[in-house]
Amino acid sequence: MYNSIVLVKQVPDTANISGKVMKDDGTVNRAKLPAIFNHEDKVALEFALQMKDKFGGTVTAITMGPPRATDILRECLYMGADKVYCVSDRKFAGADTLATSYVLSEVVKKIGNYDFVFAGRQAIDGDTAQVGPQTAEKLGIPQITYAEEIISVENRKIKVKRKIDGGMEIVECQLPVLLTVLKGAAEPRPFKAKRIMAYKSAKSLLELEKMTEGNSLLYIDSLVHEYKARGLFIETLTTEDFEVDTERCGLKGSPTKVHKVESVVLAGGNHIKVEPTNEGINKLMDELIEDRIF
Amino acid sequence: MENNEVWVFVEQRSGKPADVSFELLSKGRKLADSMGGQLKAVVIGHEVKNIAIDSFKYGTDECYLIDHPELFYYRTIPYGRILNQLISKHTPRIVLFGATVTGRDLAPRVASSTRSGLTADCTDLKVSDVTYLGKNFKKLLLQIRPAFGGNIIATIITPDVHIQMATVREGVMQMHAVDNPKKPKITEILFTPEEIDNVLRVIEQHREESKVNLRAAPIIVSGGYGLGSKENFNLLFELAHIIGGEVAGSRAAVDAGFIGPERQVGQTGVTVRPKLYIAVGISGAIQHRAGMQEANKIIAINTDPEAPIFEISHYGIVGDAVDVIPKMVEAYKNKLK
Repeated sequence: MYNSIVLVKQVPDTANISGKVMKDDGTVNRAKLPAIFNHEDKVALEFALQMKDKFGGTVTAITMGPPRATDILRECLYMGADKVYCVSDRKFAGADTLATSYVLSEVVKKIGNYDFVFAGRQAIDGDTAQVGPQTAEKLGIPQITYAEEIISVENRKIKVKRKIDGGMEIVECQLPVLLTVLKGAAEPRPFKAKRIMAYKSAKSLLELEKMTEGNSLLYIDSLVHEYKARGLFIETLTTEDFEVDTERCGLKGSPTKVHKVESVVLAGGNHIKVEPTNEGINKLMDELIEDRIF
Repeated sequence: MENNEVWVFVEQRSGKPADVSFELLSKGRKLADSMGGQLKAVVIGHEVKNIAIDSFKYGTDECYLIDHPELFYYRTIPYGRILNQLISKHTPRIVLFGATVTGRDLAPRVASSTRSGLTADCTDLKVSDVTYLGKNFKKLLLQIRPAFGGNIIATIITPDVHIQMATVREGVMQMHAVDNPKKPKITEILFTPEEIDNVLRVIEQHREESKVNLRAAPIIVSGGYGLGSKENFNLLFELAHIIGGEVAGSRAAVDAGFIGPERQVGQTGVTVRPKLYIAVGISGAIQHRAGMQEANKIIAINTDPEAPIFEISHYGIVGDAVDVIPKMVEAYKNKLK
């Protein structure tokens, strides 16, 4: 039996930007970017679920982010996660990878009793690939990044094929270990219809509070009690729910700061227009030959 | 003890130095000069003294060499421990790593234990005085990188923490041998294996010399998502073949499976500086441009006359690649006659 904790992140869909993303003042209009489940984190969840299918144990997914990140936790439940936590507090906002990994590592310690921590190699909004290794360091456990395949798990040792520069290697590692996985490593399983039916109404405290707004017949305490009893309560962890040094969280705990952002303004260079005709292209070729490009 | 040292982790694979490390030494030399500090190289491995010696060609003032049979393969824990100890002892101002698989495994681990700032995949690095939140900071490292899907360029700083770390992709900085290299000053550091090092063992390792060498290609024909299909990439291979070039692609084309990741040009791929870069069906997001804008000549072919790629091009063809590329092939063949 092996227990897994999976680190997941909700990210702006930077690949499919629509509308005007930049505001006139040069800042990013996040509201214009749809929020999605970071794909490599879904692959990480798939790895954890495969561990559970094979050896038994539990799968716990955690995300740090704003309250709306509970959306991807519901998706984790649809895929098969046993337990999910939303780590959310204003004090966590503005965190760089160092501050993020600090909070995540404290949450992992609080959950405890794990053999694997899985995460995507990187998230598409920053592409840094830093949070996995930084979390492993803070947990004091080994890491296997760029994992492509789990070859075997035996006697509390895991054998993994991982990508390296210009090739691959096979490593063997004692548990517990943190793995970051590549997108092609596994196909995330589709949501199970049964689980969607079961968990589509799973809600966090904040979402339940919203339900009580404007409905005087609903009382938050009894709602929480009811959702907990039905296994539909998504727990939110704030600075009050686990041991955390707020000096090391959020913007305050982040050594890197954004000094300046510039929208990309192109120089507007004058290029030579070439007609897409035989004549136009012939002339272009002549010029390139003359410039000794060919 | 605080100082203005600039360090570069010099990566090696089976005893061969990674190009990116020497590129970083060349950049590090400039940064060290503007900081008024020394440039130090850190070489870790087994039988790698020659790499330590080579590092002086690129401007190194001093090299720390840690050579031990147990360090033949890169492993996070012992390599990380060595760097943590050295960095904690000497507190360099800047530490640079290649944004390779190894660099991206090691740098965050070291940044975490030394609680340093770390910025990934920088496309430029500069030293400058900075005013941040009303406070003045002398000689900070400006870590410049595109962010948010390339809609912005962010300048990241590490104002309140002494150690500033950054990773940079291969090819982004240029390798320059210095005119008057210093006489090698190599400080060998003793490595003591610890039991914890063996929680992870490398069982086997395979590397292949990459068959594609985009950085050496004088001409690159590069396709984007706009090409629409893997089949249409065959047109690019045909053109590249007759004009003596290589085929590359944008990240979107790689993600769509039109072309392999070893051919990706851009911030998260390879940076190239060919004589001629032909961008076909590439809109020209900043991440892509970061990898090709220093090409000598750029030809953009795109159906969308508003595509940003035209702004950095020397020649622009508004048209469909399926129509334009065969015409280029034809025209070139005629010139050969």
